[in-house]
Amino acid sequence: MSDKTKPETPELERRAFLSCLGGALACGAAAAATGVVATEATAAAPATAAGPQPPAIPGYDWTQHRWAFGVDATKCIGCLRCVEACKIENNVPEDAHHFRTWVERYVTLEGEETARIDSQADPVNIAASGSESAYRFADRYKDQKVAKAFFVPKLCNHCTHPACVQVCPTGATYKTEDGAVLIDHTYCIGCQYCVQACPYGARFFNEARNVTEKCTWCYHRITKGLLPACVEVCPVGARVFGDRNDKDSAISKFLRDNQVQVLKRETGNAPNVFYVGIDKDVI
Amino acid sequence: MDTLFQAAPFTGYVYPNETVIPWTVLIVVYPYLTGLVAGAFTISSLYEVFGFQRFKPVAHFALLVSLCCMVVVPLPLLLHLGHPERAFNAMITPHTSSAFAIFAYAAAFYVTLLMLETWFLFRPVIVEEAQRRTGLLAWPYRLLSLGSYDLSERAMRADRKWIHALAIIGIPGAFGLHGYVGFVFGSLKSREWWSSDLMPPIFLFSAIISGTALLIVLYVIACKLRKMPVDFACLQGMAYALWGFMMFTLLLEGVEFASLVYRGREGIDVIMQFVTGPLVVPFFILQFGLGSLFPLLVLTFIIWSGASGRAAVAAITGCGALVLLSVLMMRWNVVIGGQEISKTGQGLIAYTPVLVGRESLLSAAVVLGLPMILLSVMVRLFPPWERA
Repeated sequence: MSDKTKPETPELERRAFLSCLGGALACGAAAAATGVVATEATAAAPATAAGPQPPAIPGYDWTQHRWAFGVDATKCIGCLRCVEACKIENNVPEDAHHFRTWVERYVTLEGEETARIDSQADPVNIAASGSESAYRFADRYKDQKVAKAFFVPKLCNHCTHPACVQVCPTGATYKTEDGAVLIDHTYCIGCQYCVQACPYGARFFNEARNVTEKCTWCYHRITKGLLPACVEVCPVGARVFGDRNDKDSAISKFLRDNQVQVLKRETGNAPNVFYVGIDKDVI
Repeated sequence: MDTLFQAAPFTGYVYPNETVIPWTVLIVVYPYLTGLVAGAFTISSLYEVFGFQRFKPVAHFALLVSLCCMVVVPLPLLLHLGHPERAFNAMITPHTSSAFAIFAYAAAFYVTLLMLETWFLFRPVIVEEAQRRTGLLAWPYRLLSLGSYDLSERAMRADRKWIHALAIIGIPGAFGLHGYVGFVFGSLKSREWWSSDLMPPIFLFSAIISGTALLIVLYVIACKLRKMPVDFACLQGMAYALWGFMMFTLLLEGVEFASLVYRGREGIDVIMQFVTGPLVVPFFILQFGLGSLFPLLVLTFIIWSGASGRAAVAAITGCGALVLLSVLMMRWNVVIGGQEISKTGQGLIAYTPVLVGRESLLSAAVVLGLPMILLSVMVRLFPPWERA
């Protein structure tokens, strides 16, 4: 599905909110000119204090959900269907430098203490697949003795304290009530400060649209009761998604049944992507 | 196919999205320019506020240098933005937790302050020219006089008060503006190379030395062009200031680097690989050796020997030029260097600048050249020398 046809409700809402805010400010200015500042200022106050407005999706109330994502690295087989699905679903540039999600491979060879890491974007893997838009892990360790190997899917962590939101100069990237971190592409100025601030390398600059982009947990899908594209296509159930407010959801069960960890906990970002089965080498 | 982006080669493991460097040469130029502003203003204020008489010959000129650099400061940022037409979003709806959101306000405040101080300082010139000139060129001066031709003792006293006040406010203003630029980098926890409490003072002191160095070079060039003798006491004063502030800068940079290595947190192996590899030429040779240590030794010799005369003038000017290079390299090594070390702590990315384009060496050179062109016009409109 292309971006043009895809409903971008958060963006529309953001725009509606901002035009409302703009209107309020214009009213304020007009009021100041006519000497009725006090009344108009109080009228404008709720609009500014409200923060981002909920998306206008029929039957969707963002205060009722608390989304979270789980990754079971012990299940991932590195097939990279998730990467492909994400690229198609979200119209992500088809090259080896722009990913909303990617998969890392950790291989510890016999006699070595630390893992060798690569992703589908590694030149060796691209050479094996023959194209930057075909994703494959090359059998590059076939002549060596592998002591341990596993795959780790990566994506935006939709942190509780997102460093990217903190640094955005315009508020174009924001935290929603239901836990996702989104970007208003109509308001982003393209400074890329958020790209710098993200410790996980989850953000990239879309040179065609001149704005920053990242995983939205397929917000356009989850708000309609669907799963994110990557979760949908995963053949082994390595990716889990759901609502933490729902005790019976897949993610609630995942968090209840497993001892999970998050990436780069020391940053204080408090990620909402939870991992099972990752090793000390995972970065 | 025309590529929209430049992918950088890497070694080790880096996150896939890191292979396109977000901030390039224009973001190197941006803190360089704000540094020159702060540095030149410092020299101007040393005379205007603290009464350092030996800086009198360059005090007014320093203010013009500061103003000409400051008006160009937003340009590299605007050229860098994906949507420059939305730049005012940061002013209309500033996100208060963002260090960048303050920029537009800080820059607007500082440009206004510099313009006001320049106006008060050059008001006698404006009034005289408005009255003396006839024809088309009289109008800009008449307009700038704002209808007041009063150059009485009382009016001049009032002007002096304004200049003094603005110069005082300007010091925390300039230091704040540039210290804040250091904060933009130092406050990011995602990059070990940037994440340091010492970043703001390092930026600040290197700013002061770059502004002083620029004044040294421009003052000597201006004297040569005007065929006027160089006021050696003034030049020597600037050399002293340069020497002193360089001490601070080098100490801070040394302490920062030492703590980074000594702390030895995760990723230090790759950082050391970076420092002893790609950083050898830009840092050890250009920034530290040629740009800092060598001029520092030369300046020390000049101060120690009490040398004066043509050779000393040439040596000090050469030192100024080298320090300018050093600070430019420091900005480069911080801004580009920080992004060449992967957030994974497991890999290095190699940035190669492009020659022509919106974000290229050419556009950066144009941005750096603009203040000089502007300055050459300004010194003709508002001669800073005669009144000195």
